[in-house]
Amino acid sequence: MGADGTELTAIRDFTLELRPESMTVLMGPSGCGKTTLLRIIAHLDDRFIGEVEFPSDARIGFMFQEPRLLPWRTVRQNIELVAAPGFTEEDLNWLANAVGIADMLPRYPQELSLGLARRVALARAFSTRPDLLLLDEPFVSLDERTADRLRRLLLEVWSERPTTALLVTHNAREAIQLADQLVLLAPRPTHVLAVEAIDIPQDKRDPKTIDKIHADLLKRYPGNFSSL
Amino acid sequence: MSITFARAETGRNLRLSRGPWVTIISVAGFVLVWFVAAEIAQSRLLPGPAAVMHYIYEESTQGNMLAELGITLWRVVASFIVAMIIGSAFGLAMGQMPALNRVLDPWLIVLLNLPALVIIILAYVWFGLNEAAAIGAVALNKIPNVIVTLREGARSLDPGLNEMARAYRMTPWSKFHNVTLPQLQPYFAAASRTGISLIWKIVLVVELLGRPNGVGFELHLNFQLFNVTAILGYTLAFVAVMLAIEYLLVQPLERYSTRWRNKPV
Repeated sequence: MGADGTELTAIRDFTLELRPESMTVLMGPSGCGKTTLLRIIAHLDDRFIGEVEFPSDARIGFMFQEPRLLPWRTVRQNIELVAAPGFTEEDLNWLANAVGIADMLPRYPQELSLGLARRVALARAFSTRPDLLLLDEPFVSLDERTADRLRRLLLEVWSERPTTALLVTHNAREAIQLADQLVLLAPRPTHVLAVEAIDIPQDKRDPKTIDKIHADLLKRYPGNFSSL
Repeated sequence: MSITFARAETGRNLRLSRGPWVTIISVAGFVLVWFVAAEIAQSRLLPGPAAVMHYIYEESTQGNMLAELGITLWRVVASFIVAMIIGSAFGLAMGQMPALNRVLDPWLIVLLNLPALVIIILAYVWFGLNEAAAIGAVALNKIPNVIVTLREGARSLDPGLNEMARAYRMTPWSKFHNVTLPQLQPYFAAASRTGISLIWKIVLVVELLGRPNGVGFELHLNFQLFNVTAILGYTLAFVAVMLAIEYLLVQPLERYSTRWRNKPV
């Protein structure tokens, strides 16, 4: 459904393969349907023709664009409420320390800044020990410094707790910094334009490397990268 | 020099305007005015505070005032619970299902506008002069208000949090307890608050019209006997009970359920 209620075809003939425990980044212009795709996978959107098949015990972690924490529960409770069965106190402490919210556990979300709230949302997503981690532009509307810190935090936690991750963004540099597989999407109705593998491990991608990859991709796909 | 001066001023103001003191002074003032007015009037119509307090004491220790208060309180509690349960169920359903709302809304409007007296009289006529009819009539008077309030609450639930609950596969109970109910708390509070004060007024009418006991019955009896002391005595006693419920039960409960609000970032 478009914003004015008319029916739109957001996605058509979309096929994609994800390698287990890899980080795939979907990159495309605003409004192309990448968020819709994520929501369909997460069973948040059922207006589509086709099938989404999951093993019945598959666990999904979802990070939304806004933190979406429960304001009436403490940080600790927010995480524990959705955590996987068998999530222990040690697991919680490890996660809290990893994302840097250990002393925020007894606080309420209202007392946190946006960056801290995002960290809690990140911890919460990982607490489900997900088979599939979906991230919908999780670092949008943050200042670049905080966003960069959170991206590196994501990579750290993800490398310690590997899982198949699918991240959606329209920020080219963010995509290059994070992706094992970078999927370029066409404008609406979207489908896969190209898939680029980035073989350098994420922790070796310094700003210069990212610049180089960006310049290279810009040359090969001027239409998709010119806006950023 | 000016700073110390300002601090001393604030200290003095603070002490005088602190909560309990204002109330105590205000109540004492009221009693004083009452005493003076009664002295001036010197009439059966306005017994003084001393006479009324004496009556309350006598009736509580040797008469049945406590029993009567108890019975009225039981009716208040029972009809409150019935009204809140039925009203919330309908209100939530109508808020979440527009089709149901379209069907029931006209009847809701009728019930909202039906005078309390009509409902009470018809209840007694059709179901007899018994306890069930009495409590049912009181509840029926309150239910439309609860429905309207909870319907608004159901309509204003945050879709973003609902999605989060769905994405994380929260169980229906967990979602209800952690996501839905806390959002409805302010609406429950509003419905309860207006509810209690409305209910105890109607309970008195219900007792006056068709029950052999309770504060309403006593008020009617003493009205016919023109015993103003008794009337004022029962009134004061019941107000005291309701205030006790307000300050010892309702407000602490409300503070507890909203303790997460207004914490500084």
